[in-house]
Amino acid sequence: MHIEIDEISKTFGTTAALHPVSLAIPSGALVALLGPSGSGKTTLLRILGGLEFPTSGRVLFDGQDATGLTVQQRRAGFVFQSYALFRHMTVFENIAYGLKARPRASRPPRAEIARRVQKLLELIQLPDIGARFPSQLSGGQRQRVALARALAIEPRMLLLDEPFGALDAKVRKELRQGLRDIHDETGLTTVFVTHDQDEAMELADLVVVMSGSQSGGRIEQIGKPQDIRARPATPFVRDFISA
Amino acid sequence: MSDISPPHFRAATEEPPLARWALIGIAALGLAVLVFAPLIVVFAEALAKGWLAAVKSLGNRDALSAIRLTLTIAAIAVPLNAAFGIAAAWFITKFDFRGKAFLITLIDLPFSVSPVVAGLCIVLMFGANSWMGGWLVANGYPIVFALPGIALATMFVTFPFVARELIPVMIEQGRAEEEAALTLGASGWRIFRTVTLPNIRWALLYGVLLCNARAMGEFGAVAVVSGKIRGQTATMPITIEMMYNEYLSVAAFSLAAVLTALALITLLLKALLEHRHAGDLAAARRH
Repeated sequence: MHIEIDEISKTFGTTAALHPVSLAIPSGALVALLGPSGSGKTTLLRILGGLEFPTSGRVLFDGQDATGLTVQQRRAGFVFQSYALFRHMTVFENIAYGLKARPRASRPPRAEIARRVQKLLELIQLPDIGARFPSQLSGGQRQRVALARALAIEPRMLLLDEPFGALDAKVRKELRQGLRDIHDETGLTTVFVTHDQDEAMELADLVVVMSGSQSGGRIEQIGKPQDIRARPATPFVRDFISA
Repeated sequence: MSDISPPHFRAATEEPPLARWALIGIAALGLAVLVFAPLIVVFAEALAKGWLAAVKSLGNRDALSAIRLTLTIAAIAVPLNAAFGIAAAWFITKFDFRGKAFLITLIDLPFSVSPVVAGLCIVLMFGANSWMGGWLVANGYPIVFALPGIALATMFVTFPFVARELIPVMIEQGRAEEEAALTLGASGWRIFRTVTLPNIRWALLYGVLLCNARAMGEFGAVAVVSGKIRGQTATMPITIEMMYNEYLSVAAFSLAAVLTALALITLLLKALLEHRHAGDLAAARRH
């Protein structure tokens, strides 16, 4: 799905989080929102997912105005920073949640739900953990379960907030490839937030470098990783990627 | 080097044995004098003239009516306060709005206002001399000196228990799981039923049990609004006081023993549930 962000701004009370920003995300792209904390990258992601509403500006999905759509209507697969798995449910129940929450008319039958959950568990290469609880999983496993849960609703796009933030360096490298593979397999337009430039440069097709200021976060440069490396558009980008 | 046995270390936070035993001793003495001794005395006094006398005094019409009334009041006040408490805690922890701190203070108000004052407020608002009370009495719905007034007074006094238990738990758990459920397409009610409620069930249970114990034992506010009509509006604590003032000590202490037993059963229930679900509790905290 093609996503267009048109002059979106956001203020929380008196704090400016986003200066008006515009961005076009081509269908099927894997995009990184890269920036330090306070650059508004998570706010932008949450606005895409419908968890926050912009103070001004519009969001367009495939050319259609989606600004007023509720979270449920957007069908965005969202992976939270700390994964937000339902702690009292098994992995199976976590992944099945979105399918069971559908209105009766479009809810798949029980056996179909079980089949789909099993397929997703195989996709994340953890076929045997359906009966476990989140507290019994490692950080890397939790992240993959969160990804499977987000994919279960057959989302129109995939949004990930610091998906590798809570993991140690070795697992992080492995899961990067995992996300790339899943993206290539599903072809979903995918946006992830990170403060780690290596991660952004290595994984993304398109990197959006953001910076923070008193008047809110803004976009410094949009480009392919190699172009940003070769030709940083502003002193901020040069400093940030050489850090 | 490896076969040297480790010297006996004391943790940095550990007190010397003398201090430790002194502290444990003070705690035990305090518990014995302030908690256990009165409990034992209540049961001992109740049984001072034997089982038969105690049981017979409980068969008294007034005593039975008091027990029935107290259980009825608890059955009204506790579920309503549980519902209000959940709503208040949900509202306070899941939304940001102006005046939040003020609302939290307001929820705590019943803890700081004397129950007698609370009772007087209800009398002033709903008494036969107020315009609202006058209308209600004229139409056959008396509040004061009747069951609704006692229920209102009890609810006022026990209002904070559930909300107070839930707010810290819900703040600690944050909104992430609810947000995740939203992105998965769940409706508000479904999220509440399948995500919020299971996550707060232990705190909720604890709050409900505390609320119940207090609802059954409330004296001051109920004393003002009930009018203490024997056999009609006298709850267990009120009846106990009346019997005691009339030197019916076996009857008073027998009823007191029943009230105490109800409270102890509540506590036992809580301990039992905690024991049986210790694994769940730990898992919920660990995550």
